[in-house]
Amino acid sequence: MNPEIAQYYRVNKLPHIWCPGCSNGIVVRSIVEAIDKAGLDQDKTVIVSGIGCSSRAPGYMNFDTLHTTHGRALAFATGVKLAKPELNVFVITGDGDCTAIGGNHFIHAARRNIDLNVILFNNNIYGMTGGQYSPTSPTGTKATTAVYGNIERSFDSCKLAQTAGASYVARGNAFNTRQLTDIILKGIENPGFSFIEALSSCPVYYGRRNKKGGPADMLKWQRDVCVTQAAYDRLPEEKRAGKIITGVLHHEPQPEYTAEYAKIIEKAQGGNG
Amino acid sequence: MSVTSLKAKLMQGNQACAEGAIYAGASFYAGYPITPSTEIAEILSERLPQVGGRFIQMEDEIASMAAVIGASVTGAKAMTATSGPGFSLKQENIGHAMITEVPCVIANVMRLGPSTGGPTSPAQGDVMQARWGTHGDHPVITLCPNSVQECFELTVKAFNMAERFRTPVFIMFDEIIGHMRERVVLPEPGQIPVVNRKKPEVGPESYKAYEPVDETLVPPMASFGDGYRYHVTGLTHDETGFATTKPEKMAAHLQRLHDKINNFLPEVVDYEEQSIEDAEVVLLAYGSVARAASRAVKDARAAGLKVGLIRPITLWPFPGEAVKKAAAKAKAVIVAEMNLGQIINEVRVAVEGQAPVYGVLRADGEPISPTEILAKIKEVL
Repeated sequence: MNPEIAQYYRVNKLPHIWCPGCSNGIVVRSIVEAIDKAGLDQDKTVIVSGIGCSSRAPGYMNFDTLHTTHGRALAFATGVKLAKPELNVFVITGDGDCTAIGGNHFIHAARRNIDLNVILFNNNIYGMTGGQYSPTSPTGTKATTAVYGNIERSFDSCKLAQTAGASYVARGNAFNTRQLTDIILKGIENPGFSFIEALSSCPVYYGRRNKKGGPADMLKWQRDVCVTQAAYDRLPEEKRAGKIITGVLHHEPQPEYTAEYAKIIEKAQGGNG
Repeated sequence: MSVTSLKAKLMQGNQACAEGAIYAGASFYAGYPITPSTEIAEILSERLPQVGGRFIQMEDEIASMAAVIGASVTGAKAMTATSGPGFSLKQENIGHAMITEVPCVIANVMRLGPSTGGPTSPAQGDVMQARWGTHGDHPVITLCPNSVQECFELTVKAFNMAERFRTPVFIMFDEIIGHMRERVVLPEPGQIPVVNRKKPEVGPESYKAYEPVDETLVPPMASFGDGYRYHVTGLTHDETGFATTKPEKMAAHLQRLHDKINNFLPEVVDYEEQSIEDAEVVLLAYGSVARAASRAVKDARAAGLKVGLIRPITLWPFPGEAVKKAAAKAKAVIVAEMNLGQIINEVRVAVEGQAPVYGVLRADGEPISPTEILAKIKEVL
C-alpha cells in the first residue's frame, strides 16, 4: 500500500472480514483519499459507524473510531460533533443501517444540517446477517426473506436526504473511484450535512441469488448504468430507462447546526449573538 | 438564579437534578420530552449554554442516549433524563455505554407503567428495569433520592460515580420527588467534591484503551480528538479495544466490568438507617415512600412499637448486608414500594429466611401513606 495512504489504515488489523469480491474496501479507499486531499488533521477526525458489513470499516481506519449500535451512528455522531465541533466527523453506514432501523436519525440529522460527512455503502442487501432484503433492494429482488421476490418499493436515499434538508447530496459507485473520491471531497468541504451514497456490491448475498454475475460483472454493471446528470440529459429518451444518476445531485449551503449553537451560547452568556 | 450562593431555595426535584448536573460539571444534555421528567430538559436547555455547555432535543429517546455517549467520548460530562417508556427505549444504548465503559448519567423520573400507563402518576416500577433492562450481564449503579436536596446531591454523586467507575449511572426518582417543591441548600463550589475521569498518562503509541493500569480496574479514558486514535466498539473486545471472539478474552472483559464495581462495594453502596438498633420490625423503603415509612417509624415508636427503617440510597448495588444484619434481630421485615413487588424479592434474598417478609405494595398512581404502613406493622406484630 502507498505509504501516503497506509497512514490512514490500521494496517495491523488487515486483512478485513469482508468476503472476496466485496467492494466495501474500494469505498473506504476513496474516503481516506478524500480525507488526504482535504488535508484534514488525522487526530481531529472521527469515524462513526452503526452495525453491518460496511460499519466494520472504522476498525481498519487509523482515527478515533466509534462502532455503535444498529441504525444509531448518526445520533452518536451528532453527540460527538455537538460536544466538540472542531472535530471532523464521518459516518459510515449501510442501506439497512441508515434507511431502515436508522431512518429516523437519518432524516433528522439531515434536517438539522449538522456538519457530518455521511457515506452510505449501498449494496442493496443485509450482508452481515446473510442476505435479507433491505429498503434499497429493488422490487423483485430475491433475498433469504424474499424467496418469491421482494414486493416492496425501494428508497432513493439521495432524494430522501435532500428532501429532509441535507445541504449536500451526491452519489457515486465503487467502479468509478475517481468520481467517488471527488464527491466525498466536495462533501467534506461543505460545512453542513453532506450525504454521499456509494453504490457498492455484494456478490455473495445479493449478486449470486439475483444472477448478477461475479464481482467484476457487478462493477461493470455499475459502469454501464451510472451516468452523470449531464450525460443523462444528452441521452435519447429510449436509453434512459434503468440509468442511475451519479455525481453531485444537490448542493445548497444552509446554516450549520453547531455554528448556530455557538451563537446560542453567546446569547445565553449575555452577548448579542 | 445562581448556584454559587449558599442559601436556602424553594426548588422542584427535577430542577435540583438539573442544577446538580451543572454543579457536577455537566456540559452536554440530549433528551426527548417525556412526562414527568421534562423540566430537567427545559431547565438544562437554558442553563447549559450559560456555562458553555450544549443541549440538544433529539428525535427520540434512542437518539438521546446515543448522543450522550457520543458527547462523552469527546470528554464531555453528559446526561439524559426520561421516564419509563423512554427508559425502555434507551436500554440498548445503555448496554453500549456499559460495554464501552463510557461515563454518563441517566435520570429516570418514574411514572406508573407498563406502557404509557399513568404519565403523571408516581410509581417505582422501573427498579428492576434499571437492574436488568439492557441485555447481557452487567453491573449497575442506581441512586435513589428521597428529597429535593438529595436530587441535587445524588445527581452530583451520579456524575462522580460515572466518572470514577467509567460506567453509566442511573438516578431514579418517582414522580412525587421529581415534582415536589421543598427547601434546598445549594452547596458552594468545591463544597462537594467533583470527580473527573482518569486520563491516560502514556502517549498514543503505548495506550491500550481498555487496559486497566491500577487496582481500580478502570482503564484511563482518552478523549476523541486528543490524538490517541483509538477504537470504541460495542462488540466484546480485549484490552486493545478491538473485537475478540476468544472465550478467555470475552470472559475476562465481562469479569472486569463486574469487578471494577463489585470490588469496591463499600465505596459504592449507600443507605440510611433510622431506629434500627433494637427494631423488631424492619421497614425497607426508598424514594418518596421512605418519607412515609420514616413517619410510620416515629408513630410506631410513639405507640411503644420497636420499628426501624432501612432506606437504600443505592438501589443497585443493593445494600443486602445491612438488610441481612437487621433481619437477624427482627420478628418481621416489611417492604413498602410503589409497585407490585420488585425490591421485595431482593430483600427476601438478603433476609435469608431469618424473618418473614411482608409487602405494602401499591401500583395505582397513589402514594403509600404512613397509615397504611403502620397498619401493616400492627398486623404482623
